[in-house]
Amino acid sequence: MRELSLNVLDIAQNSLAAGATLVTLEVQETDGWLTLIIADNGRGMTAEQLERIRDPFYTTRTTRRVGMGIPLFRMAATMAGGSLAVESTLGSGTTVTATFRLDHIDRMPLGDMVGTVTALIRLNPSVDFCYRHTVEAQSFTLDTRVLREVLGEVPLSEPDVMAWITANLEEGIRDLGSNA
Amino acid sequence: MKSIAELQAIRDKARAQIAVREGMHDGTRVVVGMATCGIAAGARPVLNAFVDEIGKRHLGHVAVVQTGCIGMCQFEPIVEVIAPGKDKVTYGKVTPEMVAKIVTDHLVNGNPVAEYTVANLMK
Repeated sequence: MRELSLNVLDIAQNSLAAGATLVTLEVQETDGWLTLIIADNGRGMTAEQLERIRDPFYTTRTTRRVGMGIPLFRMAATMAGGSLAVESTLGSGTTVTATFRLDHIDRMPLGDMVGTVTALIRLNPSVDFCYRHTVEAQSFTLDTRVLREVLGEVPLSEPDVMAWITANLEEGIRDLGSNA
Repeated sequence: MKSIAELQAIRDKARAQIAVREGMHDGTRVVVGMATCGIAAGARPVLNAFVDEIGKRHLGHVAVVQTGCIGMCQFEPIVEVIAPGKDKVTYGKVTPEMVAKIVTDHLVNGNPVAEYTVANLMK
């Protein structure tokens, strides 16, 4: 993974596989730290599963015997002077929080978060996504629940709607003056 | 400045068009592998290229969906094209540059691009 936005996309896939109907993606750049949070309301994990996900040889899929997503994300965080924590409650959901020192020489760039958010929205039309990006005291939010209220029966996947979402995200993030 | 008013205008315009497009989807699916292996290999730009190309050519009968790991990680990014009544075609090591040809030859004209398939890559 060459940029953190791809790790976020990857982790969000776990949320979807767990049956989440709402996935919250947070990017926070405050006080010299970059914090990425992926939170969902999927089926969650037992304490035992929570321990096992650190292991790259543990996975719930059947096609291969490795699950690299969490270990790779943890490695990216620790390399940048940060850490990764996973909290989960069976039946309620899971939250993955990764931190990185913003000015660490080995920190991967955040990359194309717009690409990640739009890919997620496109591929999962019946799931809601809330993206919140904060740089110091300023925040930008895109919440598909709010958009759906405006759009009524018009789907988010409508090309002009996706174009609006893309432009809205690009503009919102640019106006924050992201350093990641 | 992207405003809610703009979104409302888009909604109103789309409402008129949707009635026409309903019923066009015939079950043809473009399935893009989006597991860790796929994402790391570059599936996201391939997904975007498909959505853009299919949108540009107004192929209302095709749906673009995702899948997890297919088990052939060395051939990622993998794209499967599933058309009703036809055999599934699996493309491997797909790049955004290959997408236009796949859409034109396979999705529009019904001729899979043999050289891009995993079967061909395995020779």
